[in-house]
Amino acid sequence: MAVPSVEILSRADGGREARLSGRWTLNMLAPLIDSLRQTLEQHAAAPEVTWNCLDIEALDSAGAILLWRTWCRRLPGPLLARPEQLRIFEHLADADRQPPARGVPRSPFEAAIDLGRWALRVRHSLTDFIALVGQMLLVALHLVRHPLDIPWREITATLYKSGVQAMPVTALVGFLIGVVLSYLSSLQLKQFGADIYIVNILGLGIIRELGPVLVAVLVAGRSGSAMTAQLGVMRVTEEIDALATMGVAHGLRLVFPKVVALAVVMPLLVLWATAIALIGGMVSAQAQLDISYGYFVDSLPKAVPVVNLWIGLIKGHVFGILVALVACHYGLRVRPNTDSLSANTTAAVVTAITGVILVDAVFAVVTREMGMP
Amino acid sequence: MGSKDTVIGISGLSTRFGETWIHRQVNLDIERGEMVALVGGSGSGKTTLLRQMIGLLAPTLGSIRLFGEPLFGGGAERERALRRRFGVLFQHGALFSSFSVYDNIAFPLRELRTLDEAMIHDLVMLKLNLVELLPRHALLMPAELSGGMIKRVALARALALEPELLLLDEPTAGLDPDRSDNFVRLIRVLGKELGLTVVLITHDLDTLTALASRVAVLGDQRILGFASLDEIIHIDHPFIHNFFLSERSRRPPSSH
Repeated sequence: MAVPSVEILSRADGGREARLSGRWTLNMLAPLIDSLRQTLEQHAAAPEVTWNCLDIEALDSAGAILLWRTWCRRLPGPLLARPEQLRIFEHLADADRQPPARGVPRSPFEAAIDLGRWALRVRHSLTDFIALVGQMLLVALHLVRHPLDIPWREITATLYKSGVQAMPVTALVGFLIGVVLSYLSSLQLKQFGADIYIVNILGLGIIRELGPVLVAVLVAGRSGSAMTAQLGVMRVTEEIDALATMGVAHGLRLVFPKVVALAVVMPLLVLWATAIALIGGMVSAQAQLDISYGYFVDSLPKAVPVVNLWIGLIKGHVFGILVALVACHYGLRVRPNTDSLSANTTAAVVTAITGVILVDAVFAVVTREMGMP
Repeated sequence: MGSKDTVIGISGLSTRFGETWIHRQVNLDIERGEMVALVGGSGSGKTTLLRQMIGLLAPTLGSIRLFGEPLFGGGAERERALRRRFGVLFQHGALFSSFSVYDNIAFPLRELRTLDEAMIHDLVMLKLNLVELLPRHALLMPAELSGGMIKRVALARALALEPELLLLDEPTAGLDPDRSDNFVRLIRVLGKELGLTVVLITHDLDTLTALASRVAVLGDQRILGFASLDEIIHIDHPFIHNFFLSERSRRPPSSH
């Protein structure tokens, strides 16, 4: 393959001729484009150069653009070229004649406009969320009147995917948290000789606070993101529109089963994770403080009134509904491109976790009088 | 091995998915400058064959050579250089949805890492001009484009690296007859002007008659025929009868 090259010759009539030869194609040009450009520009600066393209073996648009730019975007006066080469240059001239694209000029009030846009987006998102909650209530009413329409298959599938399959990971995390919490507390309690209070600390902390929040965070990351991605892809591939044309409301078939399933399964997961975390704490307390398993189990009901368990389970229930609603809300907002899908999945998880912690704070205020020993 | 100007040489190619043989002993040689249409019923393995030609799938048996070179092996650098010599237009465009039209076309050029931005800009604008789009379209995102424009942008991107071979998967699927005719005309003009070898899969008889210099018919796990359209329709095979001779696959000639 002939390398593209430039040769300067003196012509019989006294002028100079730049004779181009070789293959002027993107493949050949790419490695030596800078040196070629310099050579070309040198020759272009000299007056009265005849450009001879007749020896060029192949000229593609990359080669043509290189020449076009050395010629200051017009055909040079003395030029020898073949018709098919001239056609490429005509295309280039044509492309230059198109009016250049102009971006919209930035307004001086861009910051204010951005703020307004953001506020509108937040408002829009909020109204959409409220509409989704309302839709769920309507669906629930509809199902009370038409029990045959209850989407059992979808509900049980979500129960299995978000509940049963989440058991190992919640157990592992719960156990480790129980061990760590018990270990750190026992170091402090030892100093005061208040060893037996480990039962109170673990019982109250895990049953009332840590269990529900821990499970909610795990489920938001595990199932919430999956729900958002699933609905988002269904929106991208127009499956949701297809459902609508068959007269199937996506609220009933896609959103409602997820909300119901998480509402049912989250308290159970909370119970499961709490139990395992307490076992972890118990193991650690026995190793650190020599508190026997029997004593631990025996004194737990005395140290922690049973109402704390109810508070934990109700929290789990509310968190489940919240995570599912947030995930579905963002899933339905996905627009058909990959950026929107990833942005909405991130937003769903972040919002769900933040929401869970906010609601947890509300719970703490509302129930501050209840369940203290 | 075929003549020196064989762009795609397929010999003894067999493909198996699980227990099913998709192709058995397929042989096909495509010469430089040809426009070959690949037709066949659904499930006859057209798309599979196309994906094997561009190296997305490896055949179970047999070999495919592009420009006389094997598709696989010889180091990543050689494979990359080979892949730059052909462009592919996917059925749904496969534009990168997080890039604008401009960045989509500029992407393969930037990947070369030797061109400066000014040169890339000129090349992108030229390609847009070639596929008859305007500079202002460069700022749009793929989600804002109509079906016909997506195909044009995808074609511009496929042409960005000045390929010698262009592979088109259903280039006119999903376009209305008018746009489809326009797009076919564009492919024909560009193919001639840039001296491309074109391989296309199509179900549309009008696209086929307008573009193809030769037709390869896939059926019964092999190539039923590879010849010009006039010769193909004389082959006695039920699929060919149904495909080429039934009235319903023809639409009335459009006025232009």
